[in-house]
Amino acid sequence: MANGLHLDHVCILKDGAKLIEIDTHVAPGSVLTIMGPSGVGKSTLLSAIIGTLPPAFALHGHVRLKGRDLLPLPPEDRCVGILFQDALLFPHLSVGANLAFGLAQGGTRAERRSQIDAALAEVGLEGFADRDPETLSGGQRARVALMRMLLSEPKALLLDEPFSGLDAALREQVRALVFDHARARALPVLMVTHDQEDADAAGGEVVRLG
Amino acid sequence: MIRFPRLPLFPLLTVLFLLGPLVAGLWGTLLPAFGHFPAGGHTGPSLDPFRALWEWPGLSDASRLSLVTGIVSALLSLAITALILAGWTGTRGFRVLERLLSPFLSVPHAAAAFGLAFLIAPSGWIARLFSPWLTGWERPPDLLILNDPWGLSLIAGMVVKEVPFLLLMSIAALGQIDGRRRMALSQSMGYGRIKAWMVAIFPALYAHIRLPVLVVLTWAMSVVDVAVILGPSTPPTLSVQIVRWMSDPDIGFRLLAAAAALWQLVLVVAGVGLWFLGEHLIARLACRLIQTGRRGRSDTPLRVAGFALGTTVSLSLLLGFLGLIIWSFAGFWSFPDLLPDQFTFRSWMRHRTGSLDALGETALIAGVSVIIGMILTIGCLETEERYGLRMTQRGMWLIYLPLILPQTAFLPGLQTLLLNLGLGMGRLPVILAHLVFVLPYLRLSLEGPWSAWDRRQATVAKALGATPNQILWRVRLPMLLAPLLTATAVGVAVSVGQYLPTLLAGGGRVETLTTEAVALASGGDRRAIGVFGLMQTAAAMLPFALALALPALVWRNRKGLLNG
Repeated sequence: MANGLHLDHVCILKDGAKLIEIDTHVAPGSVLTIMGPSGVGKSTLLSAIIGTLPPAFALHGHVRLKGRDLLPLPPEDRCVGILFQDALLFPHLSVGANLAFGLAQGGTRAERRSQIDAALAEVGLEGFADRDPETLSGGQRARVALMRMLLSEPKALLLDEPFSGLDAALREQVRALVFDHARARALPVLMVTHDQEDADAAGGEVVRLG
Repeated sequence: MIRFPRLPLFPLLTVLFLLGPLVAGLWGTLLPAFGHFPAGGHTGPSLDPFRALWEWPGLSDASRLSLVTGIVSALLSLAITALILAGWTGTRGFRVLERLLSPFLSVPHAAAAFGLAFLIAPSGWIARLFSPWLTGWERPPDLLILNDPWGLSLIAGMVVKEVPFLLLMSIAALGQIDGRRRMALSQSMGYGRIKAWMVAIFPALYAHIRLPVLVVLTWAMSVVDVAVILGPSTPPTLSVQIVRWMSDPDIGFRLLAAAAALWQLVLVVAGVGLWFLGEHLIARLACRLIQTGRRGRSDTPLRVAGFALGTTVSLSLLLGFLGLIIWSFAGFWSFPDLLPDQFTFRSWMRHRTGSLDALGETALIAGVSVIIGMILTIGCLETEERYGLRMTQRGMWLIYLPLILPQTAFLPGLQTLLLNLGLGMGRLPVILAHLVFVLPYLRLSLEGPWSAWDRRQATVAKALGATPNQILWRVRLPMLLAPLLTATAVGVAVSVGQYLPTLLAGGGRVETLTTEAVALASGGDRRAIGVFGLMQTAAAMLPFALALALPALVWRNRKGLLNG
């Protein structure tokens, strides 16, 4: 149990009333899928793990990542990455600058630039560094968002309905890409979705809420 | 029932009321600036007024003061606002700050400036608090804190008034930005709160509040009332000097004033140009800094600084307001004492007639200009609805134009034009001048609620056989009672606070609470300032209390309309 992401008797309360209760463990390289109707508090659980729970909520239990208790830490020290349905690329930065924002600090400008070019090549977007994110297709944006998050070297990955904005053909492709990269880096992945296909493709344990 | 005109009558009238005085004022400034002023016996064109302006020894100091105090205070206000938002949005502390600051939005500039003056003057509360045990002062020290030659207290006064404005404008704009997920994303990549906010949210927010920021900038470069109270006096800022020349009994000084007004316009345009350049440079610099990937994690000192600055701003406003109250009731009050020896009604009795007359005048002008403004604004919104028109970016600039254009650039011209045309100055021109500033704020505060109204209600009413007029009067307006009242309160507060339009369009003969209060600044009678400042604040704030209370009363049995 020391490895991976451990939700140890986690219980989230809203204004004193119980919202979600979950007790589970996600091993490195595997995907845990959380399903349930909207409003059941799936996204709230993700906020709790990354540390941006609004003040109206309270959290009991423990969240451990590689044995380290996350709850006392501010969001920036938790090393938990998150991807949303929208790529949320910053419109004021080029594609390369978006990736540079994710890339962990350090290295000369040339080194950083080559790391970014390599990351783009890894998802088949060679030469896209100077492009305006607005000119990218939905699938391209999703790939840039994935690489931006991975460049920040997270130790776990959360997915908040990450594929529901994409059309069917693209969805399968992006889904495979995200899972492959997470597996290659041995990241524990926690996915929230209401799409059964997502859950099937993930192939891991499925928890149903609500 | 009023028949709704087929022509876009309301938009045309609104543009006329909005731009008419602006264009007339600029024209009226241009003519005398080039020596043409028949009412004063001058016929142009000539460059004499400009020659006289260049020869005025205070010109470079006054120009520098206007430019520097304006840009510095706008920059500080924006920075403090951003720091508070970056460090604290979504927290409990932020809600406390928001509640502390929002009531002060409607406080007139002059009253806020007087309040600050009572706080920081050598004989003010701060000096009293630390005397004599720390400072050793047995009497007020001979320090030039107020009206200091660098304009520091002027900058402080403007910052204290503009931070609440920018903060509340930002909070309104943040609702349209998906800030929560952007923050979560940046923080999950390891960024500290402030840096995450600055990168992920500030650029989007700034695009929304750019016009209000420009209003703050040009206002700060050309403000008169706050500069009279807190600014330096030899020389004063250029705008204050223009008003001095306009008030000179020698009518010939009007030419000099007009030339200076054009110069003020040039300065403001230059200031805005500098600001745009700064925006560009900062954006480029920020893009390069972002790409280094520095996480900015140890931002606790910055967060604390942001909270401290926000608290300082709200405390200055709050204590300044208290200062006005206490001075208005103060009997004998010797220096290091924190409170007066006794409280009396003497000041209130002494100024009873004067302040009540001024209150009546203030209420009349505010009432008429807000009623005209509301009719025009609702007429415009309804016309746009029926013709399917939408507010464009250009329309937005048009609405902001009177707020961005420096008042000292066109209001002096309005007065000289009235003189040239042989028209009297007085209450009617004052009302029209107020309308120029009331209209934009009415539109800005009604815009959101008007378009957020659920149009299916109109569809239902139409299906029941209601005419468009019936829908307007019997469905939409009653449902929008609360925002309509809030807009009315905003309009009244704007009108109450106007100094320069009242002074210039009224020819000095229309005496409102604001003109009376500002006129007291040079005399230093703090008890009188307390009375007038407090009356002025009450006149601006009471309508807000009514706007909150009235819907609760009218709709006490209609729960669906109470929390909307």
